[in-house]
Amino acid sequence: MSHRRLFVRKIAAFAGSMAVISALGLSAPGAHAQGKTVKVGVLHSLSGTMAISETVLKDVALMTFEEINAKGGVMGMKIEPVVVDPASNWPLFAEKARQLLTQDKVAAVFGCWTSVSRKSVLPVFEELNGLLFYPVQYEGEEISRNVFYTGAAPNQQAIPAVEYLMSKEGGGAKRWVLLGTDYVYPRTTNKILRAFLKSKGVAEKDIDEKYTPFGHSDYQTIVADVKKFAAGGKTAVVSTINGDSNVPFYKELGNQGLKATEVPVVAFSVGEEELRGVDTKPLVGHLAAWNYFMSIKNPANDEFVKKWAAYAKKKNIAGHKDKPLTNDPMEATYIGIHMWKQAVEKAKSFDVAKVSEAMSGQTFTAPSGITSRMDEKNHHLHKAVFIGEVKADGQFNVVWKTSGPVKAQPWSPFIAGNDKKKDEPALMAEKK
Amino acid sequence: MRGFLIAVMLAASTCAGPAAALEAHTVSKLATGDSDEKIAAIGALVAGADPRAAILLQALADGELQVAGKRVLIVKSGEATDAATGEKVTPLPAEREDVIANNRVRGAVQGALAALKLVSPDRATRLAAAKELAGGADESVLPLVKKALEKEGDPAIRPLLEQIAATLELKGGAKESRIAAIRMLAQSGSSNAKTLLLSALEGEKDEDIRLAAQASLDRIEGRLAWNQRAGLLFAGLSLGSILLLAALGLAITYGLMGVINMAHGELIMIGAYTTYVVQNLFRAQAPGAFDWYLACAVPASFVVAAAVGMILERTVIRWLYGRPLETLLATWGISLILIQGVRSLFGAQNVQVENPAFMSGGIEVLADVVLPWSRIVIIFFALGVVALMWLLLTRTRLGLYIRTVTQNRSMAACVGVPTGRVDTWAFGLGSGIAGLAGCALSQIGNVGPDLGQSYIVDSFIVVVFGGVGQLAGAVYAALILGLSNKMLESWAGAVLAKIAVLVFIIFFIQRRPQGMFALKGRAVE
Repeated sequence: MSHRRLFVRKIAAFAGSMAVISALGLSAPGAHAQGKTVKVGVLHSLSGTMAISETVLKDVALMTFEEINAKGGVMGMKIEPVVVDPASNWPLFAEKARQLLTQDKVAAVFGCWTSVSRKSVLPVFEELNGLLFYPVQYEGEEISRNVFYTGAAPNQQAIPAVEYLMSKEGGGAKRWVLLGTDYVYPRTTNKILRAFLKSKGVAEKDIDEKYTPFGHSDYQTIVADVKKFAAGGKTAVVSTINGDSNVPFYKELGNQGLKATEVPVVAFSVGEEELRGVDTKPLVGHLAAWNYFMSIKNPANDEFVKKWAAYAKKKNIAGHKDKPLTNDPMEATYIGIHMWKQAVEKAKSFDVAKVSEAMSGQTFTAPSGITSRMDEKNHHLHKAVFIGEVKADGQFNVVWKTSGPVKAQPWSPFIAGNDKKKDEPALMAEKK
Repeated sequence: MRGFLIAVMLAASTCAGPAAALEAHTVSKLATGDSDEKIAAIGALVAGADPRAAILLQALADGELQVAGKRVLIVKSGEATDAATGEKVTPLPAEREDVIANNRVRGAVQGALAALKLVSPDRATRLAAAKELAGGADESVLPLVKKALEKEGDPAIRPLLEQIAATLELKGGAKESRIAAIRMLAQSGSSNAKTLLLSALEGEKDEDIRLAAQASLDRIEGRLAWNQRAGLLFAGLSLGSILLLAALGLAITYGLMGVINMAHGELIMIGAYTTYVVQNLFRAQAPGAFDWYLACAVPASFVVAAAVGMILERTVIRWLYGRPLETLLATWGISLILIQGVRSLFGAQNVQVENPAFMSGGIEVLADVVLPWSRIVIIFFALGVVALMWLLLTRTRLGLYIRTVTQNRSMAACVGVPTGRVDTWAFGLGSGIAGLAGCALSQIGNVGPDLGQSYIVDSFIVVVFGGVGQLAGAVYAALILGLSNKMLESWAGAVLAKIAVLVFIIFFIQRRPQGMFALKGRAVE
């Protein structure tokens, strides 16, 4: 039975990829491509709760396509973006992904933010053999041959941040409040962090785990509880609060006078964009861990920020036209699209299997100041880790960084049973 | 820390005699060294007690310190002065880099700044500095505190300084002085004192000290527990006032008029966006009066939301009276239109509404209980709105009309009440109050197109729970829901608390569908 199903699925996948190829007229790639276009999907929520974070990723993707088109496109073909709005509705993500792959027959899709949306499109991409570039930091525990992860895995963000706070430089925290929104990413991250803290000798009573629902807006009791907990010794808060709940959370922190020098809060989902709606003066010194900050100074980033500012002004993007901001997932989107272009040109084909193969080892000069490299096997980027402190103007001061890029560990060693899992997509592993 | 003390001593010996300029070496270490070197340099500056040191450290704390080549500059509003000598530097060097201070360095800077102020000739400055240090001082400032103690004669400042010295000597020092310090800590009763006592208890061998520390700790914990209950009560009141504001408008449009108004949340959102627009106008036109923008935003948000509400009533809702299902669908459609309209007008992103200066920060009423000004203001604002609405409904002709139409529409029409116009005014009133709620909510929460969605369910719960048809119920319901939610939250966490409250409401509505208080109204007919 299962054999048969697998067979059917393979047929479908084959048919799907053939359809893509034939639709793109790729039987003779690069022959006379002038005037031809290649369709590429953009799958980000433009409405609903996640619009606050995802809308700008759609815009940065369009900017990157425009930039590539201006330089002659991909293999001489202009990119034609197909933008759909899954409206922060997880099942709709899967529907829209199917539409992109079967109707529009796109060569690749750039999209998703929350882990739950990625989990919902994953079966579609595997079934139809599509190609997804996922630009956001996440909890790991996944490698798919149809997905390239250009955001950070836990060892490229969460673990270094906690290590920093433990160090003398970071304040030497002894007690930990793990505070998050109640869904898969914070729960998994906190599971990993709890195991990590225990391995460093932190006692059970010195870890407090707290969750709030999506869109929670009243953090009075939580902040009061953090204060109470902090009386028991030097405390740090690890925040995996997602979405716009961060604004009331940080407002409450500021109003209740919880200073970063006493109880530092390190956040994994708060960047320049999320702090836009907050008065950052009382928040100076609270931290965020990312693989990119807008304030990083290097030629690649100056160019990236300048391009974005010009594009935002030209397209009249609300908010950004007056105060352009870039952040980590925007950078990851930018890198992902460029790497895909390079891989296509290396493979001389839009075929998913060939592009995937060409992706491994692909490099790109990232705005974060390093040469980003796609891992040869595990579909994750090698990334430098930065820890920044909030400045009064809403930007971040980098106070710590890794000396070079760090290889991603999608299977965290702090979750039992992960040591047996292969550091590459299942199908590739089977073949060998 | 010991190393740091040694550094202070060393620095003190090298900086003998008042120097006109700061030691260039120290200044450059402060600017370019790593954290250890920076902190050592801060110690040296404190020990020198040079008046320029305070300026330099303040500049570092404010992020105004920059390095240009080998020179360290204080750059304030486009003008640079040399950090060491105080000379003006013109022109401004083009290549400058910020001096970055992380939390560790910033903590040391704050302590050092407070310590430097301890010897200020101004009494108020000294008192403020002593109060800050009493909140949690670093061991490094002990020499300065002792120095200040020698001279200090003020009855308000001296005991504070003694307390600071005592806490700093908690770990070292003679047994008697340690026990005295421990007893003194029991009186302060802050959570800082608790932290200190816990660290004193840790690894302590002496039985007398242990006993004294334990006794002090118990006293502090007892007091902290009460403070926490007080804090919880305030949090409940605050949530209650927010729920009340959000639901009050609905208590009129749904409660009195019986319109199932799904667009109520969007009227709140419109109020919040009006506040945003007014804020921007003030920022652009009258930056000096920015702190008073709320005085203008409150009436503006009322008027705008009321106008939108009245237009809705005239154009859509009026034709659907008595058809609750169609009203529900129509108003829901309107809510989507409003959301999308705002989104295309202002963008999908949340917009930033800044608190006026008097509404940021908080007041510490008890140790560890900080009441944010914004929440205090909102509680009083909610009370004010309730009072005004009560006056309007019971003391004015419009109020009388609204009540008559609510109780008996046809009889009211018979005696010449213009029922149609009264409907419009009543709906406008309810919408306007929703606008006021939006104005208040913009001060503590997010302002985005989806703002209303998060309050619509709560608003309906408050109105139904309180009893459809009158206002007092909404007030009680909001307070009960706010308090019980916060009590449960501290006990079971935010997720479970929300579930528990909703389950409670389901059971309550089953037992008593008419809500806590029931009056006869149009909705009941």
